Amino acid sequence: MTKLVIDNQEIEVEEGTSILQACEQLGIKIPRFCYHDKLSVAGNCRMCLVEVENMAKPVASCVQPCSEGMVVHTNTSNVKNARDSVMELLLINHPLDCPVCDQGGECDLQDYAYEYRNKGSRYNFAKRQMPNKDLGPLIKTDMNRCIACTRCIRFMDEICGVPSLGGLYRGEKLDIGTYVSKVLTSELSGNLIDVCPVGALTNKPAAGTYRPWELRKTISVDVFDAVGSNICIDTRDNEIIRVTPIRNDGVNEEWISDKARFAIDGLKKNRIDAPYVDKVQADWSEAFNQISEKLGKTSPERIAVIAGNMVDCESMFAMKMLMSAMKCCNLDCCQDGSVYDISARNNYIFNAGIAGIDEADAIILIGTNPRKEAPVLNARIRKRLLKGDCSIALIGEEADLGYPYTHLGNTPQAITSLMGVEGDFAYILSRVDKPMFILGAGVMARDDGAAVHQNAKILAHRYGAVRTDWNGFNVLQNVSSRVGGLDIGFVPPEGTGYGVHGVYEGKADVLWLVGADELDFDRIRKANPNVFIIYQGHIGSAGAENADVVMPAAAYTEKDAIYVNTEGRPQTAFQAVFPPGMAKPDWSIIREFSELYGCKLPFDSLAELRALMFSQVPVFIIEEHTHQEIMTSYSSYLNDSTMSNAPFKPAIDNFYMTDTISRNSDTMKKCTEQILGLSSKTYSEGA
Amino acid sequence: MLIDKDKIFTNLQGKGASDLRSSRSRGIWNNTGKIIGKGQAWIINEVKKSEIRGRGGAGFPTGVKWSFIQNPNIDPDLPRYFIVNADEGEPGTCKDRDILRYEPHRLLEGVLISAFAIGAHTAYIYIRGEYANEAKILQKAINEAYSKRLLGKNAAGSGWDCDVYIHRGMGGYICGEETALIESLEGKKGLPRNKPPYPVQAGLYSCPTMVNNVETVSTIPEILRRGASWFASIGRHKNTGTKIFSISGCVNKPCNVEEAMGIPLKELIEKHAGGVTGGWDNLLAVIPGGASTEVLPKSICNIVTMDFDDLCSLHSALGTGGVIVMDSSVDVVAAVFRLSLFYKHESCGQCTPCREGIGWISRIMQKILRGQAGLRDIDLLEDLIKQIPDETICAFAAGAASPIQGLLRHFRPLMLERIKRL
Repeated sequence: MTKLVIDNQEIEVEEGTSILQACEQLGIKIPRFCYHDKLSVAGNCRMCLVEVENMAKPVASCVQPCSEGMVVHTNTSNVKNARDSVMELLLINHPLDCPVCDQGGECDLQDYAYEYRNKGSRYNFAKRQMPNKDLGPLIKTDMNRCIACTRCIRFMDEICGVPSLGGLYRGEKLDIGTYVSKVLTSELSGNLIDVCPVGALTNKPAAGTYRPWELRKTISVDVFDAVGSNICIDTRDNEIIRVTPIRNDGVNEEWISDKARFAIDGLKKNRIDAPYVDKVQADWSEAFNQISEKLGKTSPERIAVIAGNMVDCESMFAMKMLMSAMKCCNLDCCQDGSVYDISARNNYIFNAGIAGIDEADAIILIGTNPRKEAPVLNARIRKRLLKGDCSIALIGEEADLGYPYTHLGNTPQAITSLMGVEGDFAYILSRVDKPMFILGAGVMARDDGAAVHQNAKILAHRYGAVRTDWNGFNVLQNVSSRVGGLDIGFVPPEGTGYGVHGVYEGKADVLWLVGADELDFDRIRKANPNVFIIYQGHIGSAGAENADVVMPAAAYTEKDAIYVNTEGRPQTAFQAVFPPGMAKPDWSIIREFSELYGCKLPFDSLAELRALMFSQVPVFIIEEHTHQEIMTSYSSYLNDSTMSNAPFKPAIDNFYMTDTISRNSDTMKKCTEQILGLSSKTYSEGA
Repeated sequence: MLIDKDKIFTNLQGKGASDLRSSRSRGIWNNTGKIIGKGQAWIINEVKKSEIRGRGGAGFPTGVKWSFIQNPNIDPDLPRYFIVNADEGEPGTCKDRDILRYEPHRLLEGVLISAFAIGAHTAYIYIRGEYANEAKILQKAINEAYSKRLLGKNAAGSGWDCDVYIHRGMGGYICGEETALIESLEGKKGLPRNKPPYPVQAGLYSCPTMVNNVETVSTIPEILRRGASWFASIGRHKNTGTKIFSISGCVNKPCNVEEAMGIPLKELIEKHAGGVTGGWDNLLAVIPGGASTEVLPKSICNIVTMDFDDLCSLHSALGTGGVIVMDSSVDVVAAVFRLSLFYKHESCGQCTPCREGIGWISRIMQKILRGQAGLRDIDLLEDLIKQIPDETICAFAAGAASPIQGLLRHFRPLMLERIKRL
């Protein structure tokens, strides 16, 4: 511990703390541009200068470590003069085009300029002009505004592992860019908008459409992957303008994926705003009558319900109640056909927790490409690697993950060979304290998914990854509804019901889809040509096109809902805008229908529904989440533990178009075409 | 005046050859193994006693710098690196060039001893890219030394292994700054690092590193051979030994010359450089230590002696010893403006004040030169050169401000003459 005095206040800080961090602990505000607490320290903007007694020059507080007995002043006239001077120099080549700048109103430069140099400039020469860069469909650049803080360079290098930005030339001509003009290929590139302290890098799709002070902010949860990144939905009137991240060090730190940020324009067109019966617009009572007529004529074992990838917990819970009232148990929340043993929660969650990655000292990825399935989590793995003393291996298809790893093979046989004592990585695993095994959810959709799951679990036990103080066996889910659905038990009970597989075998005469689009409808129709499909969802996509009755539902931005992320953390999203037309939240559609059908569900409001849900699924009670659950038993589901020789296939091949919303988004289409060089047509049709 | 016997760089003028045999005849590589046999502590102590100060410009006592590496807090398991700074980019300086050309073995002997003294088995010589021929000569000398077992395993029979590598720079003045040099050596853009940590704690590849100037390193063997007291007897207290001065500009015979520290400037110019063109009375100004030092007017040149402390007391500095002489035919304002263009071109652009400020300073200088400036511009200039060097990462901005500071201090009337008459 080091003791020092800052502005006459004594403080004790840990060894290696910088003066700026010590000031923050005391609540003293230090202006900064280049310093960002998730990036390495550059110390180049010189805005954070403070005065230290017995030092000739003012020192940059972000790089200067505290030392014993130091006496620091942050509010003397010398400090003020130094910062004034730096601010004047920062502004001499800045265009000062705040009236037309998207960053205006939330710009660090604007705020600090107001505080530190509001006397006008003494510079009377021509300002420097820099050509703008084309960084792809997501980031708009205005290089004249750039203050060369290099945050963007460090972000791409350190967080994304895609070192495509750099500083070209030197001195006044210093030019931040990509050298050879190219688009940014990172799935996290949108975060550059937040990282940039000025208006040099701004939101391209939203450019020129808003002023920050007009926006109303709503706390929500990202549903495009299973990380459950905390987001803030910025709206004006009833329109979503943009999505920004909210800091949560346990989940997404400060980042969100590009899909979470930019796919929202998919919610603005192709919306289902009224019920349809036989492709003809109808009203709610017609739709409900049609459904109840059909259901009344069908025996419960011929009815099946499939929940989609973005369905909230309340809706699934309400649906399960409705179905059990109707004595139907053919429920499935895994459209991809994966089967989980839900007797223990740690069979399907990310047991170590996302923050647990920081503690792992060896990470083995099995059948997953976290860069595509969970970019934010992938950044955390990279962060762990950069900290040192951590080895990473991959069993699965080789891909650029943004960090180096040992490739152990592409088939489940690599798991078997890792069980032996030979091999470099087996040696590493046997020596580390906290090994971490990450099993991709895509593996569970394989025919031998349960066997691979079982063997991975045995592997985790073999290397001591599962014990009372550490559970290193993790399943990385890739859709946001999965963990919640499994927690609720939205799966067919063993032996008595059937799920997606049964539907493909033609067992269902009535198929009720709650936002489920990623199904092979041709196969369903082939297996049972008379199947009656009910679809409730928000975008006209494969599900709606194939449905006999379509009901308009609210999207994730349009309702209050709980989502459970891959580590089993329940989080609440709040309503940001109103659903279009006649659309309403899924749970309320189900509740209304139940009354009409004569089996009224016992709740009248979301609060009552939640109370009911919490009493039956206690893991949903939102409090500080603990994730050190121990796995005692192996899966009872397993009949055959032989794994096939088939190579692992990626669960996602086009990160930008994975679901109805992102397939419907023009921005995501542009990304598919310009960043991946693929034809967006192939993906816009659905699975 | 230095007597011939006390000269270290006996082949500075290139009259003899630079190969190993001729070098040996001048005493180089003589008893190197034995010197190393006396141990690290003895060497560092002897260098400390000689009071030699770094010849690269800053003038920090070399022995003291070396002793920092003995700090017990430095992890003994980390490899240590020794780096020779041969990125001689200071305008008006060419002393290292002649050492590399004519006395490469003196440097290599110094490298071996210095590397041993700080415990390094690997030494890099970072040579400026423009010194293409010098790099060739040096590589030849290294090859010779390897073939005669003076470098490599059990170098010069000392029992110490030392490998020496040349790294050629790509032409950046800032790469002469030791941390920028290290960055460049690591393969990155040559941007100075924030200090602390100093290279001695975490330098090349985050390992303890010592960076010394070519002249400093080349002087070490002779100090150890002849004794610290011999070296300390030349010059005066804290400004000891001999120094190579590069005299250029308006002199009759520009040259590199080794002289005793503390020689009067007038004597230096008149004895060795054939005097100022048109005689001493024709002198206008002298930049005493390379472009990054304050320009001095004739009145000071008359009396100043060339050592660290004397020049420092006159607000200038000995710097690299690159004496730039300007006679009365020179427009000193234009000359300083030209220097400011150099600094504008060479600023690395990493930190705000230097990136934005040096260009601004240079533009104001241009305005003054063109007679377009007002009195307020001179005040602004003075304000900027006072403020900017305080706020930057490295000493580059201080170097850029120095000649202008000198101009404002001693030649203000010449600047005022050019002020726009309103």
